[in-house]
Amino acid sequence: MTDQAYNFAYLDEQTKRMIRRAILKGVAVPGYQVPFASREMPMPYGWGTGGVQVTSACLMPEDCLKVIDQGADDTTNAVSIRKFFQRTAGVQVTEATAEASVIQTRHRIPETPLREGQILVYQVPIPEPLRFLEPRETETRKMHELEEYGLMHVKLYEDIARHGQIATSYAYPVKVEGRYVMDPSPIPKFDNPKLSDNAALQLFGAGREQRIYALPPYTQVVSLDFDDHPFEAGKAPHDCDLCGAGESYLDEVIVDDAGGRMFVCSDTDFCASRQAVGHRGRLSPEEV
Amino acid sequence: MIEISNLCKSFTLHNQGGAVIPVMAGAALSVAPGECVGLVGASGAGKSTLMRMIYGNYLAASGRIEVAGVDVARAAPREVIALRRQTLGYVSQFLRVVPRVPTLDVVAEPLLVLGVPADQARARASDLLARLNIPERLWPLSPTTFSGGEQQRVNIARGFAHAYPALLLDEPTASLDATNREVVLSMIDEAKARGAAIVGIFHDEGARERVCDRLVDVTGFTPGLAA
Amino acid sequence: MMEGSDLSIFAKKKPQPMASTAPLLRVEGLTKRYGARIGCADVSFDLYPGEVLGIVGESGSGKSTLLSCLAGHMAPDAGRVIFDTAEGPRDTREMSEPERRRLARTDWAYVHQNARDGLRMGVSAGGNVGERLMAVGARHYADIRTTATDWLGRVEIAPERIDDRPSAFSGGMQQRLQIARNLVTGPRLVFMDEPTGGLDVSVQARLLDLLRGLVREMGLSVLIVTHDLAVVRLLADRLMVMKGGRVVEQGLTDQVLDDPQHAYTQLLVSSVLQV
Repeated sequence: MTDQAYNFAYLDEQTKRMIRRAILKGVAVPGYQVPFASREMPMPYGWGTGGVQVTSACLMPEDCLKVIDQGADDTTNAVSIRKFFQRTAGVQVTEATAEASVIQTRHRIPETPLREGQILVYQVPIPEPLRFLEPRETETRKMHELEEYGLMHVKLYEDIARHGQIATSYAYPVKVEGRYVMDPSPIPKFDNPKLSDNAALQLFGAGREQRIYALPPYTQVVSLDFDDHPFEAGKAPHDCDLCGAGESYLDEVIVDDAGGRMFVCSDTDFCASRQAVGHRGRLSPEEV
Repeated sequence: MIEISNLCKSFTLHNQGGAVIPVMAGAALSVAPGECVGLVGASGAGKSTLMRMIYGNYLAASGRIEVAGVDVARAAPREVIALRRQTLGYVSQFLRVVPRVPTLDVVAEPLLVLGVPADQARARASDLLARLNIPERLWPLSPTTFSGGEQQRVNIARGFAHAYPALLLDEPTASLDATNREVVLSMIDEAKARGAAIVGIFHDEGARERVCDRLVDVTGFTPGLAA
Repeated sequence: MMEGSDLSIFAKKKPQPMASTAPLLRVEGLTKRYGARIGCADVSFDLYPGEVLGIVGESGSGKSTLLSCLAGHMAPDAGRVIFDTAEGPRDTREMSEPERRRLARTDWAYVHQNARDGLRMGVSAGGNVGERLMAVGARHYADIRTTATDWLGRVEIAPERIDDRPSAFSGGMQQRLQIARNLVTGPRLVFMDEPTGGLDVSVQARLLDLLRGLVREMGLSVLIVTHDLAVVRLLADRLMVMKGGRVVEQGLTDQVLDDPQHAYTQLLVSSVLQV
């Protein structure tokens, strides 16, 4: 059911052109934060207004859209955004990573490897990785311009000094093609290796902060670290309790008041597909 | 070592109607290595002024003040600084130090500035302080709290830490007891023996006779007083 | 990029001989105007390796403007600021911004009057000291920490305070931390703007002693702006007196203070309260 009161995918064509120009610039300069004239969207800031605008500018009528929030297709944010585009663009939607041509995500990269031709759109709250240590925008821009990234390591140093290890577990800073330091949005650092050399086009949209940046396919992305404290993509040391997967990123779920808990894949599509072909985990329901 | 000729000096007091006070005219002095020359003259005749001019502390109006080949009256500040570090020592009547710095380090500092390793510099400072009868328990304390006589001896130890080829001594034996006076006088003798050229002001006549090879009356250099 | 294991080169620096012939910094005709008003006018001087130059004058005399122009925080309207870089003397005004900023975090250091302006208050003491090392490419955590610990010791801050934030430090400690943070990369030229301002007298003395020791051990050249004549007497080899944006007198520190030639200097010296 497409709502005819709106232009295709909600935004007017001039706005989409403006956003596409920003995206193209971002693709041309990987990791560089391109300012764009972010629009008011019919949802609050912090709910993915940046990602929605980027998705809107990318969508074609023949596209197939998947939306995930923390890896899940069935959470409020994912459901709302998916419905939004069904209504304003009338595009096909799917939960299967492999079938989607455009995937909007909040805080995860799907487990199923992406392929050429797919677009992964990230929702970004704070695009500036240097922001927590340097509040002045003029200064952080200058630091990017002159590649003065020592401060980024001060953040990691503070982590080790305080916790004995690099405790940053999400939004872990990366360096793109040996040039720009970039905030990969609050994805778990487990997903950081997937940023690099990815076949899909990765786009990042920050609505409130009015920034778009991009990683073209097969971009080299390196997570920052120290020689004696190398980067490690950690995850909970368990297998999925539903599908038995040992290599996927897990959510911890508290199941009772007695400390009972289970670990399940955060990527619901990945988990369901595995169960569908017979994989079983520790707490899988008995076969009927 | 020290050659002074035709030296003139006046003070201009800009804040007192621009009054010009001439204090020295046509001063001349020559001190050879190993020689100690005593400056004499009535109070206010310009003994200290002359000494301060030799040290570069007061600016000369005209004339020459040559110390080890450097004309202090014309040298750039950094040349004077180098001269003071290596060649020209000065024991003033006042001890001016950073508060809280231990006495031992105050005495060792002229050597540290010259790049002498800290342990050697401190060893030398310890020797001097012991010789001048400063109790060892005072060495880690700042001399700012010491008595007048103790401060004077710390000042002397500091002035003798490095074997300066030229030395200026302003009342080195004032406010010292007989024992310490004797120590200081023998230190001056030793400095002469190693070839130091010394200019001194001694109110203590006995000391003057003991160490000075000759005396120069600065009254002759004072405008208005000179006949 | 520098390897982490080379940090030891920053630990100690050989004192440079005082009589070195080439000036480290040569300033020629430096002028800065604020509209019709003069910030500083036609200032020229040389600073040699290992020399400490004091700049004194009352508030509004242009001494802070001069320091800002020299350190590149402000663009002068005229004049040259020639620094003896590793590749030979260069006018810092003609350098590109990346070059100038690189200079500012390697060969130069700037100690602010207010330690809060020179420290990252949200970052631990160790992180504050380590930042300059990381900025020049140090990537070995343990080495950075060892160097930071060493420097905290040199500025008399207990090593166990390394993970505390500066906000938990006293004013004197903050100032010493700022000095450590600045000197860790072994700069050759240090700009200091009223480094002892706002500190208790006893804390001032400790800081002065520390600065003297570091200047001597590292062979630092220092430009120190202050209105405190007692501070320059103890710290500076040479003195420059400013009034109305112009240098009215310069020379050996004790000579300028004990035998001032200019009317303003005489007034300044005679206005100091004696203790």
